[in-house]
Amino acid sequence: MDAYIRIRNLIKTFGSFTALNGIDLDIGEGEVVCVIGPSGSGKSTLIRCINLLEDFSPESEITVAGIRVEKGRNLEKVRAEVGMVFQSFNLFPHLSVLRNVMLAPMRVRGLSETEAARRARDLLARVGISEQADKQPGQLSGGQQQRVAIARALAMEPKAMLFDEPTSSLDPEMVGEVLDVMRALAGTGVTMVVVTHEMGFARQVADRVIFMDGGRIVESGLPHDIFDTPKSDRTRNFLGAVLNH
Amino acid sequence: MDIFDTFFNVPVLVRTFPLLISGLWITLQIGFTAIIAGLVVGLTLALVRLYANRILRGLAKIYIDIMRSIPLLVLLIIVYYALPFVGIRFSPFVSAVAALTLVSGAYTAEIFRAGIEAVPKGQFEASRALGLGYRHMMVDVVLPQAIRIVIPPLTNNCINVMKDTALASVVAMPDLLKQATQAQALAANPSPLIGAALIYIAFLWPLVAIVARLEKRFGAKER
Repeated sequence: MDAYIRIRNLIKTFGSFTALNGIDLDIGEGEVVCVIGPSGSGKSTLIRCINLLEDFSPESEITVAGIRVEKGRNLEKVRAEVGMVFQSFNLFPHLSVLRNVMLAPMRVRGLSETEAARRARDLLARVGISEQADKQPGQLSGGQQQRVAIARALAMEPKAMLFDEPTSSLDPEMVGEVLDVMRALAGTGVTMVVVTHEMGFARQVADRVIFMDGGRIVESGLPHDIFDTPKSDRTRNFLGAVLNH
Repeated sequence: MDIFDTFFNVPVLVRTFPLLISGLWITLQIGFTAIIAGLVVGLTLALVRLYANRILRGLAKIYIDIMRSIPLLVLLIIVYYALPFVGIRFSPFVSAVAALTLVSGAYTAEIFRAGIEAVPKGQFEASRALGLGYRHMMVDVVLPQAIRIVIPPLTNNCINVMKDTALASVVAMPDLLKQATQAQALAANPSPLIGAALIYIAFLWPLVAIVARLEKRFGAKER
């Protein structure tokens, strides 16, 4: 089976710093992959390359659904198929919650106002924010904002979703509500790549866990293999540090 | 003759008032035309300065820097008195509007650029990640947020343009100041100048007050 997201020899440098040092990765359709690792290991950079929020070395290649990720006509097509959720939510502060979710389907997919509003209300109900539809994003809690951001990405009916540390800037009591939405989403067949520090979530929900360090994939495997019997010392040290305190 | 007869001579003021009002009308015409044209030029320049290729970006920067350094009076004299030597002849009105627009456009460009740059990076990234094209990203996401940031400095710039219209009097435009100096000569009394000053204050003061209120409101919203 062809991979839905196919990454070959991904190299990314910031000046003299090598953030990604030759990543090869295939992600199947519907697969849920959690990417873990210390900060600065390149996890976020990796998923930001998938929709070209970061450009990468010309010798590298990424394809999504067979479409090459590169500047030009195809890029907006790829981005429309791949949703993204950010650590800092990035909702549009001048638009209501409902309008945040409606915007891209209307502008990119050409949905009518009524269709877009109906889709947006459905999605807001799915993430449990129906009553807040007419509020401004600033009036919502962090957890609610992040759920709106998930609804906004889903409104494009993406085949894949990228999550860039979606719970890292949330107050602890709000982490659960966002993870619940993501857990429900994982059951719907959407391909998910999740950069996270939530080891419990990775263990329960991921089909595969990838441990990164120093811009490379150190280890990759089933959650219980990675968490219970890690092969690499670096993985063991990292997990020891995050799990035992 | 005491100070009131000299500077606040009511009969002279009453007599010259219609003249001043006709001047005010010209001033407003020059000012509004230059402000609108300056906004269009400024927004275009700001977008070129931020997003065009290297060469155009460089040219836009040079243009902006020159126009911000050149005294408006000098520019106006060049446009009205020097350009005819190379065969380009503008009416006083067009000359005044052109000079004001060239300069106002440069200032407006810097204001818009600062406003666009003040929109957080995450807003651009979220737009791109959703597949919005450049035009929709700017029109639906970035500019509406930038506008709120730039309204106070833009209004300030409008006030400056309105005041600078007084320079049009040097190219024989019968604007408010020109009419006032003419009336002063006719009446052999400087009261019309004071009248003109009062008229400038009367229509610019509200704008100044609006800026202060906008700054307060937007400032409060950011917190």
